[in-house]
Amino acid sequence: MLFPSWAFLLFLAVLVPVYYLVPKRIQWIVLLLANAVFVCFAGFLGAVFMAVTIVTVYAASRAIDALFVRQRETIAAMKATHTKEERKAARLRFEKKRRLVLIVCLILNFGILFALKYGAMLGRLSAGLFGGKPFGQDLALTMGISFYTFSTVGYLLDVYRESVPAEKNPLKLALFTSFFPLLVQGPITRWETVGKTLTEPHAFDGRRFLSASLRIAWGYWKKLIVADRLLVAVKALCARPGVYRGDFIFVEMLLYAACLYADFTGGIDITIGVGEMLGVSIEENFLRPYFSKSISEYWRRWHITLGEWFKRYVYYPLSVSKPMRALSKGTRRLGVGVSRRVPVYLATLLVWALTGAWHGSNLTFLVWGLLNGVVILLSEELKPLYARFHARFPRLTESAFYRGFTVIRTVLLLSSLRILDCYGTVRDAFSSFFSMFTTWNWGAVFRGGIQSLGLSYFDYAVAFSGVLVMFALSLVQRKGAIRKRILKRGTVCSVCVLLVLIGTILIFGRYGFGFDASQFIYNRF
Amino acid sequence: MKRNLLVIGGVVLACIVCFGALFAVSRLVAPKYHDTLIDGHLTGEYYRETTDHDVLFVGDCEVFEHFSPVTLYNEYGITSYIRGGAQQLVWHSYYLLEDAFRTETPKVVVYNVLALKYGEPQSEAYNRLNLDGMRFGRAKLGAIRAGMTDGEDFMSYLFPLLRYHDRIDKLSKEDWTYWFSDGDPVSFKGYVMHTGVDPATETPKEPYDPKLPETSMAWLERIAALCETHGTALVLIKSPSIYPEWHAEWDAEIAAFAKSHGLRYDNMIAENDAIGIDMQTDTYDQGQHLNVSGAEKVSRWFGAVLQKEYGLRDHRGEAAYDADYAALTERYENEKRRLSEGN
Repeated sequence: MLFPSWAFLLFLAVLVPVYYLVPKRIQWIVLLLANAVFVCFAGFLGAVFMAVTIVTVYAASRAIDALFVRQRETIAAMKATHTKEERKAARLRFEKKRRLVLIVCLILNFGILFALKYGAMLGRLSAGLFGGKPFGQDLALTMGISFYTFSTVGYLLDVYRESVPAEKNPLKLALFTSFFPLLVQGPITRWETVGKTLTEPHAFDGRRFLSASLRIAWGYWKKLIVADRLLVAVKALCARPGVYRGDFIFVEMLLYAACLYADFTGGIDITIGVGEMLGVSIEENFLRPYFSKSISEYWRRWHITLGEWFKRYVYYPLSVSKPMRALSKGTRRLGVGVSRRVPVYLATLLVWALTGAWHGSNLTFLVWGLLNGVVILLSEELKPLYARFHARFPRLTESAFYRGFTVIRTVLLLSSLRILDCYGTVRDAFSSFFSMFTTWNWGAVFRGGIQSLGLSYFDYAVAFSGVLVMFALSLVQRKGAIRKRILKRGTVCSVCVLLVLIGTILIFGRYGFGFDASQFIYNRF
Repeated sequence: MKRNLLVIGGVVLACIVCFGALFAVSRLVAPKYHDTLIDGHLTGEYYRETTDHDVLFVGDCEVFEHFSPVTLYNEYGITSYIRGGAQQLVWHSYYLLEDAFRTETPKVVVYNVLALKYGEPQSEAYNRLNLDGMRFGRAKLGAIRAGMTDGEDFMSYLFPLLRYHDRIDKLSKEDWTYWFSDGDPVSFKGYVMHTGVDPATETPKEPYDPKLPETSMAWLERIAALCETHGTALVLIKSPSIYPEWHAEWDAEIAAFAKSHGLRYDNMIAENDAIGIDMQTDTYDQGQHLNVSGAEKVSRWFGAVLQKEYGLRDHRGEAAYDADYAALTERYENEKRRLSEGN
């Protein structure tokens, strides 16, 4: 069930009234049933994998919780009769058991994700190396598996760390895992925030409903007017790496940057809006990322929940892990700076490699992830140089011009890295990127070339206007949430804005017969 | 209280303005089928009729280009209308007939059987040509549901903006001219005139299934039942075009159907000599469709059949019909002259 489909709108139109009409104590059950319908709509196999995740994570979290309880009881009983060392040994035994449960569950769940994500690729690789028919070519990601696996595993890790208590009701965990708006393209949520509000009773609030409708409409606006329009040109450019070179690649970088932003943020707006409509708070995933002044800042503002997940569950534990500490110790003879940097660098590169791998099985994603890590580390290394430059030219570096320069520099840098996202092979990606500096066809794109990309001048005008609107609203948003300001102006004003959004979507959106109802780009991850 | 009323009033007003604007845009972007692709104009033109009809023709292009209601009236005083459309499939014909029965009960319904060879929806474009002009009602909903191809959605038939919004950058003078006006009729009681001549050559052979699709025959059954319910005689015909080929097996199947239901079936291909059709002069596209000369010959022959077999009254001399047909005949002759000069 795609967000931009009548089926989804009908689904929502039935669910929302039913959700608020039933007694509040069973609201979450209605939501669970709705999730089941949504998941089954996406395919039987997906429902099976999700059920496996729910059952295993529930069982593991309960087992870990039980081990904590037994550990506490055992240690308490041992206090009077056993020595400190014996108590420590007992605690370690429990810890070992908990770790075993955790590892088995992680292997199982990440194993499913890995098999679906990389099965086909490994099949081809094995056939290439050893001959024979490639296996696993039918394997494909099921709806939302990358997102719900991370969310649910995050919950399990929190239980393991005793950050949250294990949920006793498996159906509530099922509700958290399968919450339908999150299955399309995330965000990756936390039990502590979303899990709890999902099961709380919610009364209907007209103002909240209007606010949610505005957010949903804005999401559709970005997706259908800007993203789906630009995607046509981006796909045309990516499909012929040998043909479109030079300035076409520069145009591709910019179009893809706008397209991906409109697509991903549009989808997240719909997700958060649907959550809000049902009284469920979902974490924000973006904070005006294209206003970032550096790549590391950008990654704190783009796909925030994925970055947070890796930071919380991979980067921090890895940085302070025993092997890293040992490595740091071992490299101390090379100098304090080196021994301090080694664990940080390794953890950073590993996290970025994993981030790349999370995005897809292609080598391009891995290279993209590693390059992001390298750029971030380089920026860190160059910090003293920047500091000296700032100290030397304080008036320049505090000026709006310089801020603008750093923003544009960041956008161009991340757009350059994203070229890897557009092509099937690293070679095509690099060759296309470097053609900007070797193929001197500047201006060809405006000498009719742009028309060969499947869009008319009207389409470009609409898309460009859409980008301008998004940019202007992002500027305004810096002074406070726009929806709040609209709602403050009263119901009539809010309804008018909503109607204008719907009206412009209906007229200028790309949907209906003859258009591919395209899934969100991030859905394929 | 007063504040709440103001808010409700404001919201209602905003909705009215928005929906009004969307309605206007919807009308603007919807194809007008007036100067180009005029086949799409035919379905809607039926609703302009001010008089009822003794004979209603239904079917595909073989009816709207092969029978002239003007000739039928001027020669026999038979009042008729053609509810035909380009690739109008049998379910479309059924629902257009059901739609017509809401406002009139013709004495005879003539159904051209060629479209029965299609048992599945064929093309979105033709669906639109046939259904866009149809008045909203149960019949239209049924026709939409029955004929949608893959990828089409029901809502876009009810709200044309959902289908045609992408025409916003392709608007032509025609769209602006007929934004809020349907313009003059493009047909003569459903008949579309062609005056050119392009003689028939060899008929291309195509593979075919000797049995007509069961779905089509089931719909034909429904058409027969519908006519019977309204006490209307159903006549099955195969108009005299020689291409697309009408195969002997299909002919036998329809003849058997007609016999079992007590219906008349005329395969006019076999009557071409009696009708006087000359495929060297009476076709404008090598035997697929007839030009006005051919259509008038067919109408003269079939008018005699209708009058003889169904005892249809001669309406000539009745003021309401005479006025209507006099104006129509004048327009018809003018068009004939205009097109002939163009040729």
